[in-house]
Amino acid sequence: MRFTRIIWANLLRKKVRLLLTIGSFAIALLLFSFLGVVRGAFLLNSDIASASRLIVINRTSIINLIPLSHADKIRRIPGVATVTHYNWFGGIYQEEKNVFPQFVIDPENQRQVYPELVVPEDQWQAFLKDRQGAISGAKTAERFHWKIGDRIPIKTSLYGGGSWEFNLVGIYHGKRPQDDETQFWFQWDNFEERIPQPIKGQIGWIILRVNNPDDAPRIAKAIDDEFANSPNETKTETESTWVANWVKQFGNIQFLIVTIGSVVFFTLLLVTGNTMAISVRERTSELAVFKAIGYSDLFILFFVLAESLAIALIGGVCGMLLAKLIIPAMAKNLINLLPNLRLTTATLVYGLITAILVGILSGLLPGLSAMRLRVVNALRRV
Amino acid sequence: MVKVDGSGGDSSLIQVRDLDKKYRRGGEEIHVLQGLNLDVSQGEFVAFMGPSGSGKTTLLNLLGGLDVPTRGSITVAGDEITHMSASKLTDWRARHVGFIFQMYNLIPVLTAYQNVELPLLLTKLSKSERRAHVEAALSIVGLADRMDHFPRQLSGGQEQRVTIARAVVSDPTFLLCDEPTGDLDRKSADEVMTLIEELVARHHKTVLMVTHDPLVASRAQTILHLEKGVLVEGGKSPQVVTAGGAS
Repeated sequence: MRFTRIIWANLLRKKVRLLLTIGSFAIALLLFSFLGVVRGAFLLNSDIASASRLIVINRTSIINLIPLSHADKIRRIPGVATVTHYNWFGGIYQEEKNVFPQFVIDPENQRQVYPELVVPEDQWQAFLKDRQGAISGAKTAERFHWKIGDRIPIKTSLYGGGSWEFNLVGIYHGKRPQDDETQFWFQWDNFEERIPQPIKGQIGWIILRVNNPDDAPRIAKAIDDEFANSPNETKTETESTWVANWVKQFGNIQFLIVTIGSVVFFTLLLVTGNTMAISVRERTSELAVFKAIGYSDLFILFFVLAESLAIALIGGVCGMLLAKLIIPAMAKNLINLLPNLRLTTATLVYGLITAILVGILSGLLPGLSAMRLRVVNALRRV
Repeated sequence: MVKVDGSGGDSSLIQVRDLDKKYRRGGEEIHVLQGLNLDVSQGEFVAFMGPSGSGKTTLLNLLGGLDVPTRGSITVAGDEITHMSASKLTDWRARHVGFIFQMYNLIPVLTAYQNVELPLLLTKLSKSERRAHVEAALSIVGLADRMDHFPRQLSGGQEQRVTIARAVVSDPTFLLCDEPTGDLDRKSADEVMTLIEELVARHHKTVLMVTHDPLVASRAQTILHLEKGVLVEGGKSPQVVTAGGAS
C-alpha cells in the first residue's frame, strides 16, 4: 500500500514513546488474557458437566456425610442408570503445599459414571486387584514425577490422621482437553477398612447417571422425596448446577473478572488515546501541510486511525505472545487452585479483537480533531 | 498581464472580483480585504507586499483555496473556487496549487524523495512513474543527489528547494509562495529566488508570492502593494514599493 511508508515513518518518530505504548498494550493484553483464562477455568467446569449426571449431597452441607445405603435406594428409582459415590480425603503429598484432590471411589461403577476419564484396561484390572492401589490423573502424576509402581504416601489429618500409603497402579487421561486430570483415586474398601468406626458406611456424595437427561429434574425430586424427613435428607442437583454453586463459593467470579477487565480496557483506552492525542497535537502543522497539498479530511482520519491501530495490533500480538509464554507456566503453578487454566484460541481471538477495538476507539477522537483542523489556523502554529 | 482594477478579460488565468474577507477577533470585526480585484495571466510572477496585518497571507490563503471569502469570487483556469465544497476544494488544490511556505513545512520523518512524492501518492501514477516525476522535480531544484536525505540533514536553502520540488512535482496550475525566503540567509534566498525565476521563465509557471523583502520582491515581474485591504500596483522597482509603504 502506497501510504504504509508514511504511517510507519510517523509511528517510528518517537521510538521510546512507541515502545512504552506498545509495552503498556502488551502488558494490558497479557492481563486481559489471564483474566479470560481464569474466567474460562471457572466456567469450564460448568461447560464440561454432563447433562445426564446428578449429584446427591447431604441437605445440610457437603461436609456432612450420607449413609452408603442411600446409594442402593437411589439405584432403585426408575430412570437411574448407574450410581457411584465419592469421599473427600483431603491429604497432602510430602509437603503442605502439595495439595490436590484425592477421592475415595467405588470402583464398581466409576467408569460407567465418568466414561470420559479413561484408564487403560490392564491398569484398571490391576487397580481392582490391589486394595492399596491408586490411580492418578495424568497432570498430577506429571507434577510429582510419579510412575506406575511408585509407592505414594499421603498424609491426612482426617479419618484418624496419619500417613496412608498407596501403590500407583494406573494413570487416567481425559478424553477432552478440558477434562480434569488432577484427581487421585483409591478404593472404597481400603478406606472403609481403615476409617474410625463412627464414620464407617458414610459417603461424601453420590453421583448418578440417568438414562434420559430430560428426566433429570423428575429424578432429582424423586431422590429428595425419598429421603425427606429422614435423619439424612438430601439435596440433588444436576452436575452443572452443582459446579456452578461450587464456583459461587468463591464469590461472584464472573463479576469480579468483568470489572477488572473493564478497568484494564478503559485504562488502556485512556493511555493510548492520550498518546495519540499528544502525537496529533505535535504534528498539527504537518497535518495542515497534508491538507494543503490535497489530502482530504478522511485521509487525515485514516492516517491517525492507522497509527493507533498499528500500535494496538503490535501491542496486542506482543501481549498474546507473552500470554502464550507466561500463562502455561502460571497454569503449572496454579494447578491446585485452577486445574483447567488453559489459554485457548478463543481467548487469543478475544484479546486481539479487544486490541483492535481499543486501537480504533483511541484513535477516533484525535483523528476527528485532526480531521476538523483548519489549515490556515494550523499553519500559523508553526 | 496583471490588473487590479477588475478590467481583465476572461483570458486571465486567475480572476478575483470584489473580494471581501472579514474576521471576528474577540468582539471586534476586522475587515482584511475590501472589494479586491485582481487578474493574473499564465506565466506571470507577482509579488505582494505590504505591512504586517495588511492581508497578504489572507489573500494567498484565499487564492489557494485554504480559506473562504466573506464575499466575492475567485476563478482559476475557469473554475470558480469560492463556492466549491470543502472536499472539492481539497481535490482542486491537489491538482492546481503548489504551496511554498516560509518554514518549509517538510515532513521531518520522510526523506526528500518521500516528501516530494507526497502529492503524487494521491494520483493514479504507478511507482515507476512517480519515481520519474520526483527525480525530475529534484533535478530541477538541483537536489537529485540529496533525495535520500532527511530534512534535518539538509540546509535551510536545500529544505526550501525540496519544498519547491514538492510544489511543482504534480505540475500545478500556479504556485503560491508565502515568504519563501523569510527564514533564509541572503545567499540561500538568492538561490531560491533564482530557482523560482527559472520556473517562471523556463517552465512557464505562474507564481504569486508574498514577501516583506523588497529585494526579493524585485525579482518578480510585478509588485503589488496591499494597503487597507486593497491592491495597489507598486511597479517593478523596490524603491517604488518602499515609497508605497512597505516595511
